[in-house]
Amino acid sequence: MNKKEYTEYVEKKSKKSPIYKNCAFAFFTGGAICTIGQGLRDIYSSLTGDEKITSSLVCVSLIFISVLLTGIGVYDKIARFAGAGTLVPITGFANAVSSAAIDNKSEGYILGVGAKMFIIAGPVIVFGLLSGTIYGVIYYLAGILL
Amino acid sequence: MNKGKIVFNNPPKIISTYSCVGSEEQKGPLGKFFSYCSEDNKFGKDSWEKAESEMQRLALYGAIKKAGLCETDIDILLAGDLLNQCVGSSFGLLEYDIPYVGLYGACSTCALGLALGASLYSGGIAKRVAAITSSHYCSSERQFRFPLEYGGQRTPTSQWTVTGAGAFILGDEGRISVKEAVFGISKDMGIKDINNLGAAMAPSCAETIKTYFSEGEKSPSDFDLIITGDLGYEGSDILKDLLLADGIDIRKNHTDCGILVYDRKKQDKHAGGSGCGCSASVMSAYVIKKMEEGELGDVLFIGTGALMNSLTMCQGQSIPAISHLVRLSSSEV
Repeated sequence: MNKKEYTEYVEKKSKKSPIYKNCAFAFFTGGAICTIGQGLRDIYSSLTGDEKITSSLVCVSLIFISVLLTGIGVYDKIARFAGAGTLVPITGFANAVSSAAIDNKSEGYILGVGAKMFIIAGPVIVFGLLSGTIYGVIYYLAGILL
Repeated sequence: MNKGKIVFNNPPKIISTYSCVGSEEQKGPLGKFFSYCSEDNKFGKDSWEKAESEMQRLALYGAIKKAGLCETDIDILLAGDLLNQCVGSSFGLLEYDIPYVGLYGACSTCALGLALGASLYSGGIAKRVAAITSSHYCSSERQFRFPLEYGGQRTPTSQWTVTGAGAFILGDEGRISVKEAVFGISKDMGIKDINNLGAAMAPSCAETIKTYFSEGEKSPSDFDLIITGDLGYEGSDILKDLLLADGIDIRKNHTDCGILVYDRKKQDKHAGGSGCGCSASVMSAYVIKKMEEGELGDVLFIGTGALMNSLTMCQGQSIPAISHLVRLSSSEV
């Protein structure tokens, strides 16, 4: 068996992820997180009456809950079943940053927490900013030309 | 030197073994066999790396004590782990005033240590050799995968690094001897998935087993057990397929340390255990015990290691693997 035949054989033989089950779990847990977000929005909105403050408060609350659950070691257990359901909402981003911060605490606050905190979330920030900038430039140019 | 099977003229005996593991391993089917189980996976230390070093220290301490020996009786330490620059071993064994050789063979380290130790003994260079191997789930996850609390999903082919260490003391007393060995040749079959290490390691394991049986004196049915460490469920299936294609049938008496260490149904460890502490703890606790009790007489142990690191993975390079074999025998053959 050569390398190509072997990798094809392994591809065929390996147990596959249960996609339908994973999708169903992701749908319901992701939906549940969004429902909690909407519930918070309704509460904050009735309290403040300000749309902008309400949006910020919802984000901050979800981030807080996610970081808290990460810190007490629960988030990863939920995420094992929830998959993309806990990864895609803002909670996933908060978990990626806080889990890296906790993990690297043993190397100190500067070389550990500070340097390694964005090891997973870093690329999202870099390419998020980059694509945002490109979009902004196109939007600006389109405004002048059209 | 014979590039195939090495038969030791003066085979060493296993004087004593000692194993220490973490809480997950204690909950597994082999829990009662391990010499020392810690509920606290940090082993009383403040970092995972220090915890792994502590396991190395405890394993050697336990093995020396169990043998009724003292530090000065050991001529050389052969130790390895999965951490960068093998700090698990070198830091953990720092307090021992014994010549130290650090080994890296990824998950094949336990077999490598036994094979090298037996060579040193048989060649008359050392009278007593200690071989110690460890891995820690948390220190390995940090180095090779994601932060511990990161919420990711594992693929079904991924294996779970065992938190455990095993120490063997080789010398002139004991029922079990290390009779033969094969030092493997590294092999890369193009697998790039770090979550399918069983598939990356199976071809090298098959190659080493073929080398052993190529001289035709023995066949797989002559052994009570052919145990690999650690191909897991996926890799073990592939290994059996690969060997069967070459006319070697190990289906009846093969098992894998990664399969034995966790309960597949209850513990959710996907394709089984991995990490060099897996074979080290399973061999030193379970297999040696079964051999001492006379349940197993002749055992082939093949340690299988994947030789990548996190940089080669990021560069998209495929995963080479290595497998070393030792034959342990308690019968008077």
